[in-house]
Amino acid sequence: MSPPLLEVRDLRAWIASGQGAVRAVDGVCLTLNRGETFALVGESGCGKSMTALTLMRLLPEGGRIVAGEVMLEGRALRPLSEAQMREVRGGAMAMIFQEPASSLNPVLNVGTQLAEVLQRHVGLRGGPARRRAAELLAAVGIPDAERRLDDYPFQLSGGMKQRVMIAMALAGEPRLLIADEPTTALDVTIQAQVLELLARLQRERSMGMLLITHDLGIVSQMADRVAVMYAGEIVEEAPRDAFFAAPRHPYSRKLFAALPTARRRGASLETLAGSVPALTGEFVGCRFAGRCPDAWERCRIEAPGWTDMGGGQRVRCHLYGADGHAPQVRRAEQGEPTEGSVPAEGDAVLRVRDLRVHFPVRKGVLRRVVAQVRAVDGVSLDLAAGRTLALVGESGCGKTTVGKAVLRLIRASGGSVSFDGRDVGSLDRAGMQAVRRQLQMVFQDPFGSLNPRMRVGEIIREGMTALGVAGTENNRAERVAQLLESVGLAAGMRGRYPHEFSGGQRQRIAIARALAVSPRVVVCDEPTSALDVSVQAQILNLLRALQENLGLAYLFITHNLAVVDYMAHEVAVMYLGRIVERGPAVDILRAPQHPYTEALLKAVPQIDAERRRPVIMLKGDMPSAVAPPAGCHFHPRCPSAFDHCRSVYPQETVLGDGRVVRCHLHS
Amino acid sequence: MTPVVLWTDALIFALLAVASAFGWYSRHNPLLRSAWQKVGGSRAGMAALTLLAVFAVVGLLDSLHYRPRLESAGGDGERAVYSGEVLSALDALATGLRSRGEKTYSAPLATHLFARETVERADGTQFRAHPRLRHGGVHLDDPPAQHAADLARRFAAGALSGAAIWMVLAGVVALRLARRESVGLGVTWRRIWRGDTAVAWNAVLATFAALLLVAGPVIFLADAYHVLGTDKVGQDVLYLALKSVRTALVIGTLTTLVMLPFAVALGIMAGYFGGRVDDVIQYLYTTINSIPGVLLIAAAVLMMQVFIDTHAQWFATAAERADARLLALCFILGLTSWTGLCRLLRGEALKLRELDYVQAAQAFGVSQWRIMARHLLPNLMHIVLIAVVMDFSALVLAEAVLSYVGIGVDPNTFSFGTMINAARLELAREPVVWWSLVAAFVFMFVLVLAANLFADAVRDAFDPRIAARVTGADSGVKG
Amino acid sequence: MIAYIVRRILHALPILIGVNLITFALFFVVNTPDDMARMQLGVKRVTPDAIAKWKADRGYDKPLLWNEQAQGSARLTDTIFFRKSVRLFVFDFGRADDGRDIAREITTRMGPSLAIALPTFLLGLYVTVSFALLLVLFRATYFDLWGVVLCVAMMSISSLFYIIGGQYLVSKVWNLVPISGYAEGPDALRFLILPVVISIVGGVGSSTRWYRTIFLEEIGKDYVRTARAKGLGETVVLFRHVLRNALIPILTGVVVVVPLLFMGSLITESFFGIPGLGSDTIDAINAQDFAVVRSMVFLGSVLYIVGLLLTDISYTLVDPRVRFE
Repeated sequence: MSPPLLEVRDLRAWIASGQGAVRAVDGVCLTLNRGETFALVGESGCGKSMTALTLMRLLPEGGRIVAGEVMLEGRALRPLSEAQMREVRGGAMAMIFQEPASSLNPVLNVGTQLAEVLQRHVGLRGGPARRRAAELLAAVGIPDAERRLDDYPFQLSGGMKQRVMIAMALAGEPRLLIADEPTTALDVTIQAQVLELLARLQRERSMGMLLITHDLGIVSQMADRVAVMYAGEIVEEAPRDAFFAAPRHPYSRKLFAALPTARRRGASLETLAGSVPALTGEFVGCRFAGRCPDAWERCRIEAPGWTDMGGGQRVRCHLYGADGHAPQVRRAEQGEPTEGSVPAEGDAVLRVRDLRVHFPVRKGVLRRVVAQVRAVDGVSLDLAAGRTLALVGESGCGKTTVGKAVLRLIRASGGSVSFDGRDVGSLDRAGMQAVRRQLQMVFQDPFGSLNPRMRVGEIIREGMTALGVAGTENNRAERVAQLLESVGLAAGMRGRYPHEFSGGQRQRIAIARALAVSPRVVVCDEPTSALDVSVQAQILNLLRALQENLGLAYLFITHNLAVVDYMAHEVAVMYLGRIVERGPAVDILRAPQHPYTEALLKAVPQIDAERRRPVIMLKGDMPSAVAPPAGCHFHPRCPSAFDHCRSVYPQETVLGDGRVVRCHLHS
Repeated sequence: MTPVVLWTDALIFALLAVASAFGWYSRHNPLLRSAWQKVGGSRAGMAALTLLAVFAVVGLLDSLHYRPRLESAGGDGERAVYSGEVLSALDALATGLRSRGEKTYSAPLATHLFARETVERADGTQFRAHPRLRHGGVHLDDPPAQHAADLARRFAAGALSGAAIWMVLAGVVALRLARRESVGLGVTWRRIWRGDTAVAWNAVLATFAALLLVAGPVIFLADAYHVLGTDKVGQDVLYLALKSVRTALVIGTLTTLVMLPFAVALGIMAGYFGGRVDDVIQYLYTTINSIPGVLLIAAAVLMMQVFIDTHAQWFATAAERADARLLALCFILGLTSWTGLCRLLRGEALKLRELDYVQAAQAFGVSQWRIMARHLLPNLMHIVLIAVVMDFSALVLAEAVLSYVGIGVDPNTFSFGTMINAARLELAREPVVWWSLVAAFVFMFVLVLAANLFADAVRDAFDPRIAARVTGADSGVKG
Repeated sequence: MIAYIVRRILHALPILIGVNLITFALFFVVNTPDDMARMQLGVKRVTPDAIAKWKADRGYDKPLLWNEQAQGSARLTDTIFFRKSVRLFVFDFGRADDGRDIAREITTRMGPSLAIALPTFLLGLYVTVSFALLLVLFRATYFDLWGVVLCVAMMSISSLFYIIGGQYLVSKVWNLVPISGYAEGPDALRFLILPVVISIVGGVGSSTRWYRTIFLEEIGKDYVRTARAKGLGETVVLFRHVLRNALIPILTGVVVVVPLLFMGSLITESFFGIPGLGSDTIDAINAQDFAVVRSMVFLGSVLYIVGLLLTDISYTLVDPRVRFE
């Protein structure tokens, strides 16, 4: 029997840091066969990317491999010299990275960067190398490959860059492809394209693929086998179907339970208490014990070994050991999608009519305005008290700009935003201050949204002071304490600085800041997209509870359809600055009418096997907002486009039940 | 005596106040505190800081000015008469060095003049010999026989005193540490030397050891000799070097102090407001920056000189005049070097403006000025700090070059530049007069090296990534 | 790209006008011509007649901005501002206070200045970039550590000491080359070698350290990891990938000084007795020759602005993002 493609035994890698060595990879064992896709899943900081870099021997400065063996096709890699290892890198074993934007050299053209690999590993130069490079680009689905060889990375879209990265990885004809979060930086429709490409290439070349991801949907769609990583160690390993049918490790189960879905609408999501332990020391017991709901005495004193569950599934957990009390393991959820408690639709508090935000493009000697970027081009929305309107779209569609224009953080070029019947655009400073008291915002990046030089108390108080809310300083101090408690933090934390908090805690502080002036409407701009799924669950729970208790209305800007499904009452789908479809969330997500909405929904990788459905592949990328296509903006990518679509932009069609769609198929 | 506060004195004490305020602010801000703790843990940084502190003490002593009361010949009833000469606390401490001038060159620790002179014997015959010094080694009856022994005795006494002082110092440090950590003195002592302390006390103590072992013998020898020799007009070179320290410090710190408000305010405004404001500020600094530094300084100094000369009646004493020129030089250097910091801050403010916490403040309707003061400025302070410490050494070096060219400090002001300028032809003499240059070299090198090392430690602690963008003073004075 | 360059040139014009106004203000408004005359003549010889004659000799006897006495356009042109400042735009520098023609002086002295500045610049760049690359190649080793220590020590020494020490050792003690002086033709080499070497050595410390930081910053970027993941060797990574990218920030600091090389170096030229523009400027400063200093300030600014333009153009060569704008 030939050896497995990749065999890793007890791999340990430490990274030097100010607090001592971080044991980023702490005893990883895995086996990967030819033609197999092996998914390594875990949340940020669990060591999954470090494992990949350790395999490649590309650890960052200060990192070193402490122990373990890596066998590639039966050949031990650790004893290899650096020169021999270079032979392997990009040859037998290639890697693609998360950020296509920064992973390509900006000053070398695509052809040169591809030719490097060909020269290094295949021995091709000059004309033959160029021909081969063009073939590779064509193979990864880049149209007009010959001409693209002379392009520089900045001339390519994100999806195209990732395709180039894949072509570069393929150039050395690797037997093992390591893909480190290959689609995390991409939009969902582009992600679908890239995943499909990876799956096809892997089939054609019968490569082994080590797929590193945090997205269980991607795992479900792509993987043959799955390993869950936690705090530097693999805690569970199983064939895909067994894993998705019955995840065993308490951590794996928590990951599933934290996912927002329509079925959990109206109910709280399960969350994980505490945070990942520091990796600077030796663990005595189970590293998950501190956060595990089922942990008992033994878990804290003895590190669990592997317990074989049969069928290739094994788990590191005492629950399944000799004296364990294995819990009921059925992941499948009971019940049908529920509506939750939906407040009755009242009058709109926030009314947006034909909102336009155009940015001028200047060119030439005199910097004349030659064009307009129509970031937002005629958006109309209504948001009633106590309800959640999700504004959905891919990056660059203008959804964040809508949010900022509503708060007048960006000046609108046209249209109107009215709050409680008052036109926000024409208010003077005093009038605007009155509106700001009722209309607030929560931002995406919990690390960029809190001033690192201010105490938490000052951060929360700032808005109250600026808007003259809550009277005296004493009242304000009291209010800060109340607010911190209402978002699940201790009042005593007001004297601390943001850097002492985790991402989820910071987002809570940001929410408390917005709530400080008792707003009625909160614009939430991707409030959970920077967070891990278990932390996301906490924030979503909090937002939902606040809505119930305070009757808040949310304008919820997001690209994550699962979150929409869980949170939103109404949905508006944006494409290239315009809303293409809007209406009640349940209707739109179950029965989309616009081809774009449908493609968007189907592009999301699904966890449940029965819901894995054929993806509608959208061709190409979203066009530029400077020169949108004539007619319907979506027609170049639309599978159902016909002649009329190429010339006339569709008017709104009202479908009843408050559904509106802009598509010629319905007019 | 009557105290005199020169303009630069006042500014130095203002600077001291600003620095203390910043220190107090740092103590109560965990981010700044942890950055300073990193500086404290850096051995090179702490050794450099120790040296800089010693230089700063010399400079501060030299900034306490007064006019001594003249010995009045008449009775008590007369009004006190004060000398036109302005002295400093340092002069008072080093009265010996200041007052014991020789006729001309004498080598370090010499007892005789460096050059032969024609001496007349009692019998009227003349011969050429090295005459005895007026002060250096006068206590020796028979210099050739006693000289070496006397030097050795004084050296040993000095070294021993230095060692004794060091022991006391190290003991105090160890005791305080031991009490704070509640561990034994022996344990603390071993921890210090193993480098197991949060602050790199081993570097501080080692630097003090080196300093005291040099300073002890120098003090004992300076009592009776010119340790670094004398210059052409017989002034003690050690005294010249000590007096030059203040000038270097003034140029290195006040220049930044006077330009800082402009650079910070304009940089932040340009970055935050953008648009027309940005255009105007950018135009302003590009224009000033496009005049080569040395030439702008030369032109400005020439004009200032004319101005001071035509308004001589404004200055009561020569010291005030020299001081005005020193301060003006600081302003001129500041004018030419603010552009670099301004541009850097503009770029950083441009990035901060887009950050969500600034947007959040805008969503609350917080006023523009408040946003700049509360959100931008505190997050740019570390860049300002790094720029200040990095500029220091460049400015000290620039002073020497400018004074050499004749567009620096007043020729009567003690400075490394004037020292070098006066000594540059001495190397051409036969035999060579090397000590003035070597003294200036050693003092400057130690000061600038310490400043550079400290700047590196500060930069690494506060923002290592800024290194590629901050490149020290942009005064363009490279020679 | 043409539009880009044209735009940069248009940007430069207001800056030149600004520089001109600043020099005018500095030389004629801060101190009046009377003040300058008094200063030049010395305290003893100051009489109203002497001042008037001094001013008339040098053309400073006109009003600053507006000539009431003159007719028509001469009201504007027959002024100090027009004669002394505006004329600088057409490179009419006028005469020095001692009567020399400044423009001629500049053209004859440019040669020696360039003879020193150009080799210093090119060799210096080569030496420092190579040294920095070497340090980066051996980063995190003792070679790198001691290299950086050496750089910091070298940049802590005043340039004056490099010159004084170099002259003393090489010329006086070892007697290898003349201490100072200059000759035309191939003979010049004898006189140039020491100043060039000393200037390079004096600048090695700070430049090397700066380049090293830039290289290190580039090396931490994602595309370098990609290059390594391809199996490329460290030298290929450094020379093909890192160097090309690091050139962009390096160019910013380097190209801008190229035109200024014509002006030579003040200190080096005066120490080594090179009859270039730098030493001329020093002489003018010491003689308080305002006309020469004023001309040099303007010339220097023009050259600097040309440098800014060259920088912009050089970006288009190394950075495709600018080239395809």
